Amino acid sequence: MNELIYGLVTGIIFGFLLQKGRVIRYDKQLGALRLLDMTIVKFMFTSILVAMVGVYILKDLGIAKLSLKATVLGGNIVGGLIFGIGWALLGYCPGTQLGALGEGRWDAVWGILGMLVGAGIFAEMYSFLKRTVLQWGDFGKITIPQALGINHWIVVAAFVIIGILMFRFFEKKGL
Amino acid sequence: MEQKGNDKGWNPYVAGFLTGLLLIASVWFTGKYVGASTTFVRSTGFIEKVFEAERVGSMEYFKKEVPKIDWQFLFVIGIFIGSLIASTTSKTFRLQGVPDMWQERFGPGKAKRAIVAFIGGAVAIFGARLADGCPSGHGLSGSLQLAVSGYVSLICFFVGGIVVARILYKGGEGR
Repeated sequence: MNELIYGLVTGIIFGFLLQKGRVIRYDKQLGALRLLDMTIVKFMFTSILVAMVGVYILKDLGIAKLSLKATVLGGNIVGGLIFGIGWALLGYCPGTQLGALGEGRWDAVWGILGMLVGAGIFAEMYSFLKRTVLQWGDFGKITIPQALGINHWIVVAAFVIIGILMFRFFEKKGL
Repeated sequence: MEQKGNDKGWNPYVAGFLTGLLLIASVWFTGKYVGASTTFVRSTGFIEKVFEAERVGSMEYFKKEVPKIDWQFLFVIGIFIGSLIASTTSKTFRLQGVPDMWQERFGPGKAKRAIVAFIGGAVAIFGARLADGCPSGHGLSGSLQLAVSGYVSLICFFVGGIVVARILYKGGEGR
């Protein structure tokens, strides 16, 4: 029961911040995909970089564990590209469309209904996909520092530098 | 591109930073990394169970992702509530069935938007489940842990999305 309450509270704060950051709207999502407005990329990468530093500190202190998804190139690449196609058509992500509905953008209802149907289609095809696409390029649960064989803080530092350079570029170009 | 005023939103870096802290807190206190797309699978499982409980019970994917109310389910519902609170308290809640950018390009027709959004939703969730995550599970949680799967998927989300957004808005205003 506690777990459910934590989930709800985390979701409420997340939804609140997404709405305040103006990142859940169709115009912002498509703005990023049309390379006109990088608001969602700024929001997303700032949160990734902050959480990356925090979570790796917690991990090094033995307080938290990583929970990695396996790298299966077939699934990640083919699925990722298919997701991108749907994302550009819908203009919302699975999580953010609930936020879009929360700020009155009720066309998100069509996306939610589409997702329920799409999830059903995926479930029907799962056995087939598991035997095919999901067998291609299975590398297991790996991180970038493991793949490169270097300390994770080197990679974290590199990402922070890349992120700051990217943000500076966006601000310079007024994106 | 016009910026449409500041719309009383928060700076995306500030909202992103606070979201990063939220992600760290979630991992610290509950060990949970955010995600959203599995919830649609579980929801579909619930709905299908009403009609054919036995079949759902025997399907491989619903055995893997058992239809149940879990942390993530409440997290996704929380996003709706959080966005509702943020938008109504800042007077940015607006009932809208056709996004502004969409309307400029494709006109005010609600049916056209509904059909494309529905298809987009179905395609997006299929891709997300094949990739084993969406911009929350791979984009945020995967990337912040430096998971290879997170970055491969995230890049593919954007590649698919940018290509389709370009096709949709080709010759339109902007660029």
